[in-house]
Amino acid sequence: MDSQSIATAAYIVASLLFILSLAGLSKHETASQGVLFGISGMTIALVATFVLIADLADTTSVVLLLIAVVIGAAIGLWRARVVEMTGMPELIALLHSFVGLAAVLVGWNGYLEHQSFALDSLEDIHNAEVFVGVFIGAVTFTGSIVAFLKLSARIKSNPLMLPGKNYINLGALAAFVVLTIWFVITPNLGLLIAVTVVALALGWHLVASIGGGDMPVVVSMLNSYSGWAAAASGFLLNNDALIVTGALVGSSGAYLSYIMCQAMNRSFISVIAGGFGIEAGPADDKDYGEHREINAEDTAELLKNASSVIITPGYGMAVAQAQYPVADLVRKLRDRGVDVKFGIHPVAGRLPGHMNVLLAEAKVPYDIVLEMDEINDDFKDTSVVLVIGANDTVNPAATEDPSSPIAGMPVLKVWEAADVVVFKRSMATGYAGVQNPLFFRENSQMLFGDAKERVEDILKAL
Amino acid sequence: MSAVGVVRESVAGETRVAATPETVGKLIGLGYDVAVEAGAGEKASFTDEAYAAAGATIGAPVDVWRSDIVFKVNAPTAAEIGQLADGATLVSIISPALNPELVEQLSARPITVLAMDAVPRISRAQSMDVLSSMANIAGYRAVVEAANVFGRFFTGQITAAGKVPPAKVLVAGVGVAGLAAIGTANSLGAIVKATDPRAEVADQVKSLGGEYIAVDVETEQSTDGYAKATTDAYNARAAEIYSEQAADVDIIITTALIPGRAAPVLITEADVASMKAGSVIVDMAAANGGNVVGSVPGEAVVTANGVTIIGYTDLAGRLPTQASQLYGTNLVNLMKLLTPGKDGQLVLDFEDVVQRTITVVRDGETTWPPPPVQVSAAPAAAPAAPVEPKPVKEPLSQNAKLGIVGIGILALFLVNAYAPAPLPEHFTVLILAIVIGYYVIGKVHHALHTPLMSVTNAISGIIVVGAMLQIGIDGDAENATVIRVLAFVAILLASINVFGGFAVTRRMLSMFSK
Repeated sequence: MDSQSIATAAYIVASLLFILSLAGLSKHETASQGVLFGISGMTIALVATFVLIADLADTTSVVLLLIAVVIGAAIGLWRARVVEMTGMPELIALLHSFVGLAAVLVGWNGYLEHQSFALDSLEDIHNAEVFVGVFIGAVTFTGSIVAFLKLSARIKSNPLMLPGKNYINLGALAAFVVLTIWFVITPNLGLLIAVTVVALALGWHLVASIGGGDMPVVVSMLNSYSGWAAAASGFLLNNDALIVTGALVGSSGAYLSYIMCQAMNRSFISVIAGGFGIEAGPADDKDYGEHREINAEDTAELLKNASSVIITPGYGMAVAQAQYPVADLVRKLRDRGVDVKFGIHPVAGRLPGHMNVLLAEAKVPYDIVLEMDEINDDFKDTSVVLVIGANDTVNPAATEDPSSPIAGMPVLKVWEAADVVVFKRSMATGYAGVQNPLFFRENSQMLFGDAKERVEDILKAL
Repeated sequence: MSAVGVVRESVAGETRVAATPETVGKLIGLGYDVAVEAGAGEKASFTDEAYAAAGATIGAPVDVWRSDIVFKVNAPTAAEIGQLADGATLVSIISPALNPELVEQLSARPITVLAMDAVPRISRAQSMDVLSSMANIAGYRAVVEAANVFGRFFTGQITAAGKVPPAKVLVAGVGVAGLAAIGTANSLGAIVKATDPRAEVADQVKSLGGEYIAVDVETEQSTDGYAKATTDAYNARAAEIYSEQAADVDIIITTALIPGRAAPVLITEADVASMKAGSVIVDMAAANGGNVVGSVPGEAVVTANGVTIIGYTDLAGRLPTQASQLYGTNLVNLMKLLTPGKDGQLVLDFEDVVQRTITVVRDGETTWPPPPVQVSAAPAAAPAAPVEPKPVKEPLSQNAKLGIVGIGILALFLVNAYAPAPLPEHFTVLILAIVIGYYVIGKVHHALHTPLMSVTNAISGIIVVGAMLQIGIDGDAENATVIRVLAFVAILLASINVFGGFAVTRRMLSMFSK
């Protein structure tokens, strides 16, 4: 038994713990237990690796390693503590980019190390693995950076429309294949730089051509990519722990994206290919009529007399940080005997489950938070629906107008309720850039202004 | 400002009225003057005083008939049409598809006629759909009528005096009336079964506590929200089902209507004969020819074997107060649509599909029949007007999919067969991990998507292990410094990921409370 075999055994245990962790995260009851499994797995893997390095390598390496881990841990813990729950999507996107960049660096090192091999074919395979690792890592890196910039509104979220974008993507892939073959034949640094640049550009372009409204799927997809990047590094380093863990993350992330694509009625393939920024929406000069306004007092009156209320939150609630007053409102209404429920669209917000996290933060009991399929038939028996900062997810055009760019996307049928109050900052369109006929319906009224302030006004009036 | 006149119904046995004191108030709120014919609401228990208190003037028949807008329940008689003022608007149930002569008479006058029974079945128009609101009441009443004649409890009971079996009810045709009947019979404690050619109603039946009996023959999808005429194969199978059920159940309620046609016969003479004595059939389609052989419109008849067939055509009118209230509210909702300015000025906009569809006559010109309306509820019917024919991607055929899977497996096989030592082992691990990853999150609760993603993100920081192994390179090796610097950065980045990811997941999960 040496440090190498101990490390191998520890990696197997760690992999098992990661599997238990993901399984635990599938249910509320076992979720926190799942995280503990994940942490234990990671601790075991890290300690085992550290012991191995301490045993084999010189002091400089060990000291460097410790410094890097401590700095990284400090930054990570600090960010996790201060991040606003509404800023969660950006943080996760940024973290994905770190994995991507780390994979690129590991790939480069794999080339620089110049290991000696027993067989020529093994050296060829090693070189190909370097390229695959660097390629996936670089795509993940720039893709995540773009997603981060779009989510934090540092760049415009409109899809980038380069002519022949599908050919650009395909060309980048073809270039990757050619460069790989070339590199296997004559390994040199220039080719490695070339493939890194191609992959960085491809990652940027893939995500840049997807609109901000589809970011939940993109984040989930990048999550999957970051897993594959780790798995590729595992091949490169002959390390099964990396392969197992990377593949776990990769396949579960891909499956999660697939679930979300179905919820949005998008083609899974076109998401992976980054091509579903759809054609530019048709010029929308249709006359929808006049919208009507309502003030907070009248909304309060409406809620007082309601027997049942459904709240459908969207990104606007997150932006305005309105989840706390909304939770207060829910408590007040429930004390009055009003039946209050939440209807959550699968892609509400900018991250899957984004709304659930915010509502949980504000201590809304999760058994009144229902998903679209559970609640969509209840709208017609509902007195009042409050649409708080949601737009595309409650757009009747998706079901009624076959020419609409979001046609066929399942939406919350809020318009079936007796009254609909829409909280909105202005009459601007949502992320999909589509006008929403809901606002002009007979039974809907607009409550303009910051969602948080308006909800607080309603609370006062109650 | 226009005046709305609410007239007294002239048809014998009609108990409803087109406005109630409550809806009068709402009409006045829309800016209209309202005149109610004396005694109009008498049979629905609305007194003239109540109307007056709501702000209406009580007028003589002649004056009320000369109002700008006349509200009515039943289609007008020839004499009544003559009483309308030139340029008036008549709002009533017309049944234009069944009464071409009436439409002709109406269009002989320079008036506008809106048929409340022609409201299209789109979500937006639900609030004006009188067929729905009346059918709802009629379905309820049909069960009450059946219970009245039926000599037993609906609910099963075990008493000291013996055991009472629950009544079995079959509802044929699951429209609004059928659903109302299912719900009512179920709440009385009966065992309810229902049939309908549209398989998509199965869930609705279930939601009201009934059991859906599918006719296992393929049918077309309805595109206008109503049932269609059915095929021969379907009818043959359905007839068998009805025969089986008739011998078994105690009460049958038939609601099958096809717009613009005679009602289909569902229950034959033989079916009726096979029923137990004391059984009851309510034929809600009696007025349109009947679903049951032997039903008489407007009457209850008892057959030789003791089965009562109820053919009342005024089921909704048997709850006059409720029916008037709902009908009146439907009219108010229509007026809201027609009075965009809320200023008592009626504006008819032919661009609006609802307004276009219900208009039978405009200023003396027949506008019936209207262009067909596609109902949104119809499952993925071909887009009404394809804006531009886009090349639709054909979904891959089953064979193509199998082919791709086959090629993938073959490629994997070849790679592993030819690859040297460590590679096949790695692939084994990779494939197994992929499969586990897929299954392990298969049933993830949607609220946990974000924590799951954040934990997988933390786990993918395992790449730190790779970087750690690289930093341990021999200090004298080639490129050692560069490798160490790169590995240092990689470890740092991956550590942020590991620690940050787990910490943020824990923070998130601590917020979930029941």
